[in-house]
Amino acid sequence: MPMLSINQRGALLSVLMLVVGLLFWEAAIPEQQLATEMTEYERLMGGGAPRAAIPPPSDIIAKAWEELSDPFYDAGPNDKGIGIQIGYSLYRVLSGYFLAAAVAIPLGFLIGMSPVAYRALNPYIQVLRPISPLAWMPLALFIIRDSEASAIFVIFICSIWPMLLNTAFGVAGVRQDWVNVARTHELGPFKTAFQVILPAAAPTIVTGMRISIGIAWLVIVAAEMLVGGTGIGYYVWNEWNNLDLTSVIFSILMIGVVGMMLDAAFGALQRAVAYAE
Amino acid sequence: MSKPFLSIERLTQQFPDAAGGTTTVFENASFGIERGEFVCILGHSGCGKSTIMNILAGLGAPTSGAVTMDGAEVSGPSLERGVVFQNYSLLPWLSALKNVCFGVAARHPDWSKAQVEDHSRKYLAMVGLEGDTVLRKPSQLSGGMRQRVSIARAFANQPKLLLLDEPFGALDALTRGTIQEELLKIWGQTEQTVFMITHDIDEAILLADRILLMTNGPYARVAESVQITIPRPRSRTEIVEHPNYYAIRNHLVQFLGHRSKALSGQPSNGATQSPETVVIDLTKPADDPAPEARLRAVNI
Ligand SMILES: Nc1ncnc2c1ncn2[C@@H]1O[C@H](COP(=O)(O)OP(=O)(O)OP(=O)(O)O)[C@@H](O)[C@H]1O
Ligand SMILES: [Mg+2]
Repeated sequence: MPMLSINQRGALLSVLMLVVGLLFWEAAIPEQQLATEMTEYERLMGGGAPRAAIPPPSDIIAKAWEELSDPFYDAGPNDKGIGIQIGYSLYRVLSGYFLAAAVAIPLGFLIGMSPVAYRALNPYIQVLRPISPLAWMPLALFIIRDSEASAIFVIFICSIWPMLLNTAFGVAGVRQDWVNVARTHELGPFKTAFQVILPAAAPTIVTGMRISIGIAWLVIVAAEMLVGGTGIGYYVWNEWNNLDLTSVIFSILMIGVVGMMLDAAFGALQRAVAYAE
Repeated sequence: MSKPFLSIERLTQQFPDAAGGTTTVFENASFGIERGEFVCILGHSGCGKSTIMNILAGLGAPTSGAVTMDGAEVSGPSLERGVVFQNYSLLPWLSALKNVCFGVAARHPDWSKAQVEDHSRKYLAMVGLEGDTVLRKPSQLSGGMRQRVSIARAFANQPKLLLLDEPFGALDALTRGTIQEELLKIWGQTEQTVFMITHDIDEAILLADRILLMTNGPYARVAESVQITIPRPRSRTEIVEHPNYYAIRNHLVQFLGHRSKALSGQPSNGATQSPETVVIDLTKPADDPAPEARLRAVNI
């Protein structure tokens, strides 16, 4: 038998862990259901309210199959396909995120290039940065008076800091030698910024962007639970209210998968702008 | 006496030192370089050669004093002064070719992309870089190759003044020889003036019209300006046969070995510090028979 590579062995072990984990989970469920059946008396007494139980993985796979085979159906405000819900969430995350990037990257450039701007803005950044983005929600709702825009604002405010600080840090750290190359070639400030400083600082900036998108995706779920209406966060909360745990678990998995894909996209971007000195 | 093409007037550079005071790298240094001249500067590590070059490039501002080129004061960097930095300073995210194109495109904003690339490839070929090698990033090149890319970038712009900070330091003897010859060829064809820092005495004698000798710092001085009285074209193997070669070489070795230290550390007390011109020429023994008289000191 040929030796498997480290990658192959890792993948094999991963699959093994998944299978074993799911089997254990599946095997653990019937007892629980038995327990549910045993409480028929209780159920009678309790007025027939359905009792939530952890579903077995087979149910979740069936649910996933059902949802993913028709992800974009729309049957009224409380019954939309998972694709539509994720689409809403992505729309909010990306609008808030790109607004934040449009502010943070130029501002980060300014702070990185000018020690005066850095000293002037630093106290504000230090105070605003540790605020939980959800703490802005009431104020945003009051001022903007629109739940949609408030959710986008919350994404904006949570994703701006890593990008701002990383851009400033990256720009300030550009080697003087490279700036001197630009100077000896009489490059103007704009050409210097785009042809030398931006590519030199790009790995640091993209690292900030990657951190930001991760945070934005974490925050959108909580924000949508608050503002309601649409989105994957609302979907989770709604299914919890319906006591449909199969859907809850399925959507939790979907949140993870989408988050992973967002991160992978920025990981690819990071590799594209990386350079070795 | 009219001003030389490049004129350095009472240049002083001080830096804050660790103890909170100031160290004076050099003080009131004055010298000139004529148009088309090839001048090398020799001195021990840390005496201030790169500092002078930075000021000539317009990258560093001296504490006091002025530099003029072509009658105009040097107040900042310019495309007319091409620099090969001591540490190559290539942009690591660009390929070797793109690094040269970067300079050429800055020099000729009106050129098409193809024109810029052709011109860049031509100069890369001149320093022996051709084919797929030029598409590699600096991190994938050897130290010597990087240095050659940096040289090609400076030469491709055909500046009036070339400032070279130990441009051949990382090259093996063989490549060094070829590129020195290339440099002489390019220099011979153009009106370019070259100011070059080197640690290699033989290289300096091969290339230079004149060698400036610097004493050790602090308070370093450009103490002597030694004329290289060996006719051109010179070649590596032939110059050693010339009667002046070893006389000049001995003079340089003596300076770097003893006098660079003996003359160091003396504040100028306000006096302008100009190098003494030294002419060593054994081919005319009838004129100056005594060894002492071979050293003819003339202030600029
Ligand atoms: N920015 C600076 N701040 C303080 N001291 C400096 C600075 N730049 C250079 N020096 C000092 O000035 C002196 C001359 O430095 P310089 O780099 O010009 O030396 P060099 O002659 O080029 O040496 P080498 O041959 O090793 O390159 C050194 O003692 C160095 O420590
Ligand atoms: Mg140096």
